[in-house]
Amino acid sequence: MMQHLPILQVIVPLLAAPLIALLRGREIAWLATFIVTGVTFVISLLLYHQVSESGARLVYEIGGWAAPLGIVYVIDAASALVLPIVTGIGFVVTLAARHLVTAEIDQRDHPLFFTAWVLTIAGMLGQVTTGDAFNIFVFLEISSLSAYALVAMGAGRDRRALPAAFNYLILGTVGATFYVIGLGLLYMLTGTLNLDDLAVRLADIEQTRAAYMAMAFIALGLFLKMALFPLHFWLVPAYSYAPSAVSALMAATATKVSVYVLVRLMFGVFGIGFVGISDGLGTVLLTLGIIGAFVGTLAAIVETDLKKLFAQSSIAQLGYMAIGIGIMTPAGLAAAFIHLFNHALMKGTLFLAIGVIGAQTGRATMRSIEGAGRQIPMTMTAILFGGLALIGVPLTAGFISKLYLIRALLESDLWILAGLTFVSSALALAYVWKIVEAAWLKPRPEGAPDLHETAIMWLPAWLLVIATIGFGIFASPLINGAVQAAAIFFGGQS
Amino acid sequence: MTSLFAQWNYFLVIILMMLGFYAVIARGNMVKKMVGLNIFQTSVFMLYISMGKVSNGTAPILTGDSSTVYSNPLPHVLILTAIVVGVATTAVGYALIIRIQESFGTIEDDEIIELMDDADAASEGPAS
Repeated sequence: MMQHLPILQVIVPLLAAPLIALLRGREIAWLATFIVTGVTFVISLLLYHQVSESGARLVYEIGGWAAPLGIVYVIDAASALVLPIVTGIGFVVTLAARHLVTAEIDQRDHPLFFTAWVLTIAGMLGQVTTGDAFNIFVFLEISSLSAYALVAMGAGRDRRALPAAFNYLILGTVGATFYVIGLGLLYMLTGTLNLDDLAVRLADIEQTRAAYMAMAFIALGLFLKMALFPLHFWLVPAYSYAPSAVSALMAATATKVSVYVLVRLMFGVFGIGFVGISDGLGTVLLTLGIIGAFVGTLAAIVETDLKKLFAQSSIAQLGYMAIGIGIMTPAGLAAAFIHLFNHALMKGTLFLAIGVIGAQTGRATMRSIEGAGRQIPMTMTAILFGGLALIGVPLTAGFISKLYLIRALLESDLWILAGLTFVSSALALAYVWKIVEAAWLKPRPEGAPDLHETAIMWLPAWLLVIATIGFGIFASPLINGAVQAAAIFFGGQS
Repeated sequence: MTSLFAQWNYFLVIILMMLGFYAVIARGNMVKKMVGLNIFQTSVFMLYISMGKVSNGTAPILTGDSSTVYSNPLPHVLILTAIVVGVATTAVGYALIIRIQESFGTIEDDEIIELMDDADAASEGPAS
């Protein structure tokens, strides 16, 4: 049983999905989804335990066919770190989905909604576990296709979800196709698709223009998928018009998985020694990352719709991850992993809390939260903590992220970038303050609908708040995990 | 020049790819965007399929004769998967277009953006 965990991680949600589609009756579909996400969470924790305990990488040969002929699933320090965040967020958001989905989606559509929900999680887990480059594409499309459908489910409340989902589909498919083009070029050069085997064979061949093009196509496709500035235009409408539960799930996990795949392909396959990586990719990521950080933060400051506001701030936060990767040092990559983990917690908190408001008022805008601090104190406090973590206030997880990111920048003598990173983080104070002002300092306007909350509504968001603070104070397990994860891409081993 | 035309399949792929990509970017009509996307994807399928060809190679079916040269079947199998993915994407895309036509009454990009901006302006009015 234990040795089959890597495949179970993916196959359990994948097989559960069509079964959930068949379930009828009140809340049965939700219950099944809740159990499935719970099981995947437990599996990912067991895997993390196995890998961190032994320090080895687990290789699972599907059907007993060894690599490079067969497809293998590989759990190493990096994938073991990303799996629990995807499954953990998936579990907590599913807990919240019970009331969010009941409020926002027609009862008839629940089984199909949760089928797509489980499929998108299965696709993300597959991208993280697999050791085969073409397998990544297939899982990427499994998670994306179900994500398009999930975003479009927002049409029941706001028809603008439909064009948002369509544009997401067009750009997502273009991104995935770019990835396939790059992969085709790599296959022509090396004759293999296994990630480890690719790394070995690429090191032997001459670094030709075809290899650079392969790298560029793969990187570009994944930039689109991770919504790196200036390829982020699909993200804001898709996240803001999607149902609240979907916004929370995707904002916290989808782009993070693409960041992981980028790291896996760029460092794990091409390797730091590849000329295009050390010279080209680093500069591109640092430049786009810092511009994205400013553009996203400034756009968030002028935004009045809370979902759009935090979607814009996601652009900025992805910019910080890009900077961390772009530094091209183990410390920088570790900072990117730390931020990937922490940002998932923060954005999960924020979108779940906004969902509580959105489920009652339709859209959560600056007007609709005026004076809400007194009516729904737990929900608004969760938003406040999420916001503080985004700024990087000490004792929150966001502080650890920024600390390690700026330290990695300073170690590489990138003083100006470190300064700019600090300034753009501080600017986040402006939009968090705007929310505080509206929620606590303004009175509830006359005639505004009364907001209410129950423990079941705010509990999921608070679970993530506790995790945000917990990882802010007791950060060492996460930091060790991230440093180990970064080390495998620099340790000379593939 | 011979070496340039020896790889004529790549020229074909690139021309198709750019045609499709242009349609995705430049067309406002969503159906035309989907058509462009399909052409774009198909060009990548052709890239894969043509790379599997081995000169004088035959279909990869074992004949028992060790001197037979086979084409590489692996890219073809990969593209079978990619075609399935492409069909699914097309289906989801057209399903969305039908829903957009039903609720907006148009499938032109610019008209929908106008309608969306109007809705934005309305939602910033008095609190709901």
